Amino acid sequence: MKAHIWVMPKLTVLDPQGKTIHNALSSLGYKTVQSVRQGKFFVLELEGLTRAEAETQVGKISRDVLANLVIEDFRFEIIE
Amino acid sequence: MKFGVVVFPGSNCDHDTHHALGTVLKQPVEFIWHQSQQVNGFDAIILPGGFSYGDYLRTGAIARFSPVMRAVEKFARGGGLVLGVCNGFQMLLEAGLLPGAVLRNHGLRFICRHVHIRVENTETPFTCAATPGQILKIPIAHSDGSYFCDEATLADLERNGQIIFRYTTSDGRPDGRDDAAGNPNGAIANIAGISNREGNVAGLMPHPERAVEAALGSADGQVIFRSMIETLVRQVGVSA
Repeated sequence: MKAHIWVMPKLTVLDPQGKTIHNALSSLGYKTVQSVRQGKFFVLELEGLTRAEAETQVGKISRDVLANLVIEDFRFEIIE
Repeated sequence: MKFGVVVFPGSNCDHDTHHALGTVLKQPVEFIWHQSQQVNGFDAIILPGGFSYGDYLRTGAIARFSPVMRAVEKFARGGGLVLGVCNGFQMLLEAGLLPGAVLRNHGLRFICRHVHIRVENTETPFTCAATPGQILKIPIAHSDGSYFCDEATLADLERNGQIIFRYTTSDGRPDGRDDAAGNPNGAIANIAGISNREGNVAGLMPHPERAVEAALGSADGQVIFRSMIETLVRQVGVSA
C-alpha cells in the first residue's frame, strides 16, 4: 500500500518560486500559462494497515509533519 | 545563572553565540547536544542559527522533533527564557511556540548583509535594555526569512505588543514610514522578530550574536543578550 501526498502553498500565500517559474515560462513564449504554483509530492510505502487506518495515519503525518498548515494545504490518496 | 546553546546537526552559529555570551559578556554558558532529553540547570536557552538537518522538508521542521526540543518546549511552557535566532526562530515557529511561519525570501536570494531593525517593545525580557524605538544594526543571513501569518494572528501580535523588532532603514522614523524600504525579504508588516503572548519566548531572523563587537562591524546585538541577562538577574537574583 502506498500513499501519495501533495503539499501546496495556500492560495493566500505568495509563492515566489512559482512566480519565478511563471516568469521563465512567459519569457520562453508560453503565453497560455496563466500562473504557476510550486508544491511538494511525497510517496510513502505503508505496511500492516487497513485502508481506514492508513487514511487516519497519513492524515496525521501530513498535518503534523509534511505540511505546515500556517502556509500550506495538503491532500492525499491511498493506493492499494 | 547559566545560558544553554543547543547544538543541532547543521547548526553554524552555536560557537558565535557561545562566544558572545561567554567571552564577550562573561556569562556562564554551555552547549546542549540535540539528543539531550533535559535542560535542567539552565536559566535561558538559545536555539542558534544554521541549517539544521540540511533545512530538509522545511526550515526547522526536522529539528523541531529532536529529543532536546521536547525539553525546550517544556522549559518554555514553564516560563523559561528561550531565544531563537534565524534557524532557531524557524524551529520555534514549527514547534508552535511562536505563531506564524517563514516563507522563501520574496527576491528568492540568500541575503547576507547588515540590516536595521527597530525595537518596537522594550517591555520584554529580550529588549528591556534597549531604548524605545532604538535602531539596531545587525546582520541577516537567510533564504527563508519572510515572516508570514494570517490577518487575525497579525492583529493579535499588534494588539499584544508581540512584534518586538521591525525592519527599517538606518534612520528609520518611528512612525514606520521608512520601514518598507528597509525590508530585505518581504516579511509581512516588516516583522523581523516576535515574542509569544507571555513574553518569555522570542525569535528573530537577524543574528545578534554576529554583532557583539566593534570588530564585527556592530555591537548592537549585545542589547538583546544584555536584556536577557538583566531579566535573569532580576528573576534569580544572581549578580551578573
